[in-house]
Amino acid sequence: MINKIVSSVTAAVADIRDGAIVMIGGFGTAGMPSELIDALIAQGARDLTVVNNNAGNADTGLAALLATKRVRKIICSFPRQTDSWVFDALYRAGGIELELVPQGNLAERIRAAGAGIGAFYTPTGYGTQLADGKETRKIAGRNYVLEYPIHADYALIKADRADRWGNLVYRKTARNFGPIMASAARCTIVQVRETVDLGGLDPEVIVTPGIFVHRIVRVPASALAEPQAAG
Amino acid sequence: MQRYTRDQMAARVARDIPEGAYVNLGIGLPTLVANHLPKDREILLHSENGVLAMGPAPAPGAEDPDLINAGKQPVTLLPGGAYFHHADSFAMMRGGHLDFCVLGAFQVSKSGDLANWHTGAPDAIPAVGGAMDLAIGAKRVYVMMEHLTKQGQSKIVERCTYPLTGIGCVNRIFTDLAVIDVAKDGLRVIESVQGLAFEELQRLTGVALLAKERA
Repeated sequence: MINKIVSSVTAAVADIRDGAIVMIGGFGTAGMPSELIDALIAQGARDLTVVNNNAGNADTGLAALLATKRVRKIICSFPRQTDSWVFDALYRAGGIELELVPQGNLAERIRAAGAGIGAFYTPTGYGTQLADGKETRKIAGRNYVLEYPIHADYALIKADRADRWGNLVYRKTARNFGPIMASAARCTIVQVRETVDLGGLDPEVIVTPGIFVHRIVRVPASALAEPQAAG
Repeated sequence: MQRYTRDQMAARVARDIPEGAYVNLGIGLPTLVANHLPKDREILLHSENGVLAMGPAPAPGAEDPDLINAGKQPVTLLPGGAYFHHADSFAMMRGGHLDFCVLGAFQVSKSGDLANWHTGAPDAIPAVGGAMDLAIGAKRVYVMMEHLTKQGQSKIVERCTYPLTGIGCVNRIFTDLAVIDVAKDGLRVIESVQGLAFEELQRLTGVALLAKERA
């Protein structure tokens, strides 16, 4: 019997090793898998490369992970925010490497990894600093930049509900990077508000089919309900 | 001469967004446009974090941390609205499905180059988000900005000195002084604020302007 549901966030992240590439879902704090991040902090893996849209908000979640100085490099599109002081201080002190990627290229590089695409030509960023040194090509009169996929060892994401096969539905704009990150990682770990029996999710509305998911851990809603400041 | 306020600029941009348009409003100044969209037009707002038919801010106390816009502010969803993941959201942007985007800017060049993501200052922490995707992806790119910097320099320039967001991507510029089209033959003034003569607008602007076409 397939059962991807694990007993705790601690068990879910136990084998993440030093040097791993870890995708972390969320756009700001919407969809950020805070409890999985806390478990990763407690687990102690270091020298990590993290892929996220941002670089942490305030002092919790991803920001707390960065504060441990166990993240060597972050790949993101929008690190600077009003409440990104943890990242800002690390970056200014030379304590973290930043790979800045236009948001659509970031999403497409993740999607490409999940879809087995070797590289792709994108119009975004052509002629800008963020395409410096990259291969370009003119196709049908339009200029493109060659971009490569981003693969990960792990993806930590948050969804709303799952069954034991790992089928997922999300909640509102917390979906953001979840579905594409789930497809791009060797091991996708998902925290959900609720688990349901097989058949409990309408197959017409399952957003991420379980084939992309390896571990599910239930984090009850009470623990998810902490209000977060916008940033 | 009467400069447009930020709200007047937003209202002016809103006038140029037609019925049925799919529109992305950039963070900052462009967000104000939402408050001025004519009520008799059905216009769908896209937010790159994954929502179409975004509604106004919720009533105090009704905020949902899972329902935010690209500026990470709480929003609502209109009936008929949809959520989607990031690859779909950026396919809408890069695939040419959005009719309009409205972006803020540091500079726009006479050929429609846009600089709006980075000052290039040595101590600045760069952040780009979806700006480059919108700049090259929307069918029409509107820029909304003050005409002059705080130091009184024109933000419409011969060549951008700030790092570029996109090349030749801007279609129309809305400032607190004028509305200017980036046309094949140059920058054409569509209108200017009351009491501002073309010669004075030209004097304030860094590059040669074409006068309004006579009707």
